[in-house]
Amino acid sequence: MRTPVFIVASLIVAAVVYGLARLAGNDYVFFAGYVILQFVVLATAWNILGGYCGYVNFGSAAFFALGAYTTVALVKLPNLAAKYLPEGLASVIAAAVPPPIPVLMLAGGVIAGLVGLGTGYLTLRLRGVFFAIATLALAVVLQTLIVNWDYVGGSRGAYVIRPQVHALTGINYVEYLFVMMLLLSVTALTVARAIERSQLGYGFATIRDDELAAEASGVPTLRLKLVATTISGALMGMAGAPFPYYIGYLEPASAFGLAYAVNSIAMPMIGGTTSWVGPLLGALLLGTLQQIATVTISSAVSLLLVGLLLVAFVVIAPNGLLGLFDKLRQRIGAARASGGNARTGAA
Amino acid sequence: MTIPVELFINALIAGILLGGFYAAVTVGVSISFGILDIVNIAHPAFVILGSYIAYIVNQRLGVDPILTAIMVLPAFYALGAMVYQVYYVSFEKRGQEALRGLAFFFGLLFVTEVTLILVFGVDYRYVHAAYIDQTIRFGAFDLPMRMLIPCVIALMLLGGLQLFLTKTYTGRAIMAVAQDQMALQLMAADPVRIKRIAFALSIATAAIAGALLIIIQPVEPSVGREYIGRVFAICVLGGLGSLPGTVIGAMLLGIMESLTATFYGPSWAPAVAFGFLLLTLAFRPSGILGR
Repeated sequence: MRTPVFIVASLIVAAVVYGLARLAGNDYVFFAGYVILQFVVLATAWNILGGYCGYVNFGSAAFFALGAYTTVALVKLPNLAAKYLPEGLASVIAAAVPPPIPVLMLAGGVIAGLVGLGTGYLTLRLRGVFFAIATLALAVVLQTLIVNWDYVGGSRGAYVIRPQVHALTGINYVEYLFVMMLLLSVTALTVARAIERSQLGYGFATIRDDELAAEASGVPTLRLKLVATTISGALMGMAGAPFPYYIGYLEPASAFGLAYAVNSIAMPMIGGTTSWVGPLLGALLLGTLQQIATVTISSAVSLLLVGLLLVAFVVIAPNGLLGLFDKLRQRIGAARASGGNARTGAA
Repeated sequence: MTIPVELFINALIAGILLGGFYAAVTVGVSISFGILDIVNIAHPAFVILGSYIAYIVNQRLGVDPILTAIMVLPAFYALGAMVYQVYYVSFEKRGQEALRGLAFFFGLLFVTEVTLILVFGVDYRYVHAAYIDQTIRFGAFDLPMRMLIPCVIALMLLGGLQLFLTKTYTGRAIMAVAQDQMALQLMAADPVRIKRIAFALSIATAAIAGALLIIIQPVEPSVGREYIGRVFAICVLGGLGSLPGTVIGAMLLGIMESLTATFYGPSWAPAVAFGFLLLTLAFRPSGILGR
């Protein structure tokens, strides 16, 4: 399938998903669906660096939070402008704020992408392990900065008031956020799929399989790794940008929650890291499972479930569900072939 | 700004004591990551597990946390051997330690933390011992016992391990496995067995570090996360796998954190370790004692 065809196909699927969600006639579907879609984006973004290049990012929460706090910073801009800028300019800014969600997503994406680029530049020249540890560090540094930054609420957190309905379309605002996240998921999946089939993707694969050999045969490994970190970080930031509107009250502990880091690793690992289908599959399955477990048991138990599944999968099924499917298909194929032989033998 | 000298020296003393304790938390990672090349990011979770065991025994039976830690050493050793076995069979043997091995330890870290939350909740727990509230004073300078004792025990632990690694046959085999597995095999030592012993030892140190941690401060399950950055910062700063380097790195970090907390406020302290780590990785990845 060519990329334009894929975009059309996935938009149709997205429209069907939206239609079905509307048919359910319950706002909770949008609340829960938003979280699952957010994980689709995060898992896909993580996989661009983790699955394609083989570099582990433990700091998904940091990139996600960067997007979320970019939104908070932009929404609070009029307060700052009223204090320091001349009145005319301040009223211009007040009129432009809050910007629409797609603009916020772009802004969050740019900031998170730049931070990804910077982190990558500092650490990607070393062994891969150091990058992983540095991303762990990044999350804590950023959280400390945010906690000490009063403008975005500091440790107390910040309120972002969610309108009841979206002004342009007249639909419920949560529903609108759901649609935005749905479109972002389509974007993320398209990007991941396009990378997989491009020269860029082959470059990433050489890094994953044998970086030294790739370097020796002239693959510009550092530049490719920086591209991957930037794209991956930007998508995570975009996923975080609408979050303040969704949650209504953003505090550092929730924006930097370990759940984001764990989920964005566990979902691709469980789904399968070799193709864009894996993170999607993992996010849909784990996301739904967590929503159900959170409602019926407790959120702590649902997190425990994710952790246990992650450990179990990396130990028992290293290639995730996709690997299991492949094995199953091979086994069926082999059984069919041997069954055929037996029949011809009997005849 | 003039810095009050007494305040400065007190912060310095507190930093050195804190650094000693950090060395005990880090030594396990210095062995597993520095020597064996196993990126055990779950180490802080094992430390917290040690803290909780010390807490339970202290609360039920009133036993001193350090005594408890010494008694559970064999159990932690066995746990470490088990974890290594799983790691070896699932990742090292298949050559997949980079991506999946990391995810495995991350999963372990997470599962341990959430299990502790489910069992004990997120309340801060602490231990009772006669010495915890005492302080030795030299004029204007304080030596709180709850910092001094962990520091002394930590230095004893590191000294003992350094002796073990440099003077005994097994210890030297552990140092050798880091350099050349093949050569070790030719000397008729099984590298997998040696690595298992070393990894088990590294987890065993977590029992002691955990007891020290809960003497120093009240503990809740997610405290461990703050230590991930610290231990790796120290480990890298000290030059991977060198125990004397670990002590120096830990002391440096302890002093930096203590000075930051004293002069800029404790809410900035967590960033010090990570800033340190990022700067070390960017400018001197081989550490201060690195070759």
